[in-house]
Amino acid sequence: MSNLGFQQFPEYQVPGVQQADFSPYESNGGSIVAIAGDDFVVIAADTRLSSGYNIHSRDQSKLFKLSDQTVLGSTGCWADTLSLTGLLKVRMQGYEHTHLRTMATDAVAQMLSITMYNRRFFPYYVSNILAGIDKDGKGVVYSYDPIGHCERAFYRAGGTAGTLLQPVLDNQIGHKNINLSSSELPKLTIERAVAIASDTFISAAERDIYTGDSVLINIITKDGIEEKKLQLRLD
Amino acid sequence: MALAEICKISNAPYMRRTAWDLSDVEEDLKAHTSNLANPYTLAAPPFENPMHNLNLIQANADKTGIKIDFDHGTTTLGFKYKGGVILAVDSRATGGQYIGSQTMKKIVEINQFLLGTLAGGAADCVYWDRVLSKECRLHELRNKERISVAAASKIMANIAHEYKGMGLSMGMMLAGYDKRGPGLYYVDSEGSRTPGNLFSVGSGSLFAYGVLDSGYHWDLEDDVAQELGRRAIYHATFRDAYSGGIIRVYHMTPTGWIKISETDCMELHYKYEEQKAQAAAAAQ
Repeated sequence: MSNLGFQQFPEYQVPGVQQADFSPYESNGGSIVAIAGDDFVVIAADTRLSSGYNIHSRDQSKLFKLSDQTVLGSTGCWADTLSLTGLLKVRMQGYEHTHLRTMATDAVAQMLSITMYNRRFFPYYVSNILAGIDKDGKGVVYSYDPIGHCERAFYRAGGTAGTLLQPVLDNQIGHKNINLSSSELPKLTIERAVAIASDTFISAAERDIYTGDSVLINIITKDGIEEKKLQLRLD
Repeated sequence: MALAEICKISNAPYMRRTAWDLSDVEEDLKAHTSNLANPYTLAAPPFENPMHNLNLIQANADKTGIKIDFDHGTTTLGFKYKGGVILAVDSRATGGQYIGSQTMKKIVEINQFLLGTLAGGAADCVYWDRVLSKECRLHELRNKERISVAAASKIMANIAHEYKGMGLSMGMMLAGYDKRGPGLYYVDSEGSRTPGNLFSVGSGSLFAYGVLDSGYHWDLEDDVAQELGRRAIYHATFRDAYSGGIIRVYHMTPTGWIKISETDCMELHYKYEEQKAQAAAAAQ
């Protein structure tokens, strides 16, 4: 791997010695769900931080408030989450000082994409979902792959239980495979979005060992961010 | 400190006595976001041969539970004919076995006279298409004329060549209209760049080629050409598990691109089924 690796010094090699694989990552678990409505967006993340079968913390928020209109949910390798969100905070502050205004949600989304792509050859091992209010006052959700591919959506689940939660959202929010006419479909209100987000987490805590303890829910509207907390299973 | 001198680490940041000052912070920030100022300066990995090492992490995924699954595509196609260029794509993005998105935009609108399709790593394609769009705009400002498709594709091929062997994954078609007429180039992450009349790229490309070759010829009418592209992608979504979602068709004309249609492939499936049934009934 390095030019000082023991392959370069065959006389020092001992038979039977194995070189450890390069493993710079750890999966610390956690899940995120974000649902956007007409003039609001709800983003929720659980608060369990684990490593293997150990639980490090039962009260770690994975939601990062980037501005009054934008919240980032980030899980995966917690070390990478911290370094990435730290970087974003500094960039946001720098933008505010040079341009004398807060970065808009879509600008944050693009910046996050480029910042993540900077590490194309040694990616941040994170699952990011960005929620916020856009320039027209509408709720938006952006989801990311580990090297910064960004897609705008209305609802998205990510993290260790992302594959468990997304189909529920597809059905309940996206109305996939629901045989009702559009007038019969329930309207997406803040209450409904919060209820569905809470329900998905209760379900995820039943089946995903990395999701549990409690859920932090942020409700973002043009007036600011309201925070809620829901208790989950502690086992 | 003599040992530090010999080991050539006396200048390393962790050997300094003082705490970090402001200039250190600024340097650190610049290092971590270098590509915001200059898109070509990506962070260097702390190991040699990133392609090999990242594949190693991926190969150990079952043991470690660490899976870095990038979004991948795809079936895309493009062909030139007398009325310009047709591009047709699906919209499924897969990360490993998981369908990450069914609505991904695989045609990037670089400018009014240039479109790019993306196959392979989604982030790679989107990032470098964005850089390309900046370069094309700069070319316009410098030379007071639009960039040719040949030149634009050459910029892309140069970028791909620069990063060859680092593990980028791109297979793109660049379609445009310039003073030489309709242009269509295939560019990929291996650095190859080929002009041509008809291409299909991605995991479902073989299925698309089958339909395309049976219906393609230069003097197609506009609506027939658009339908040919749509049908070819539909058949790819039907047979290729990595393709699906919405089928998008774009048409590059002498006056710029037009978005022709965005149709769910399930809708097309039942439409084509019905057409088949009707044809069978008429034949009896």
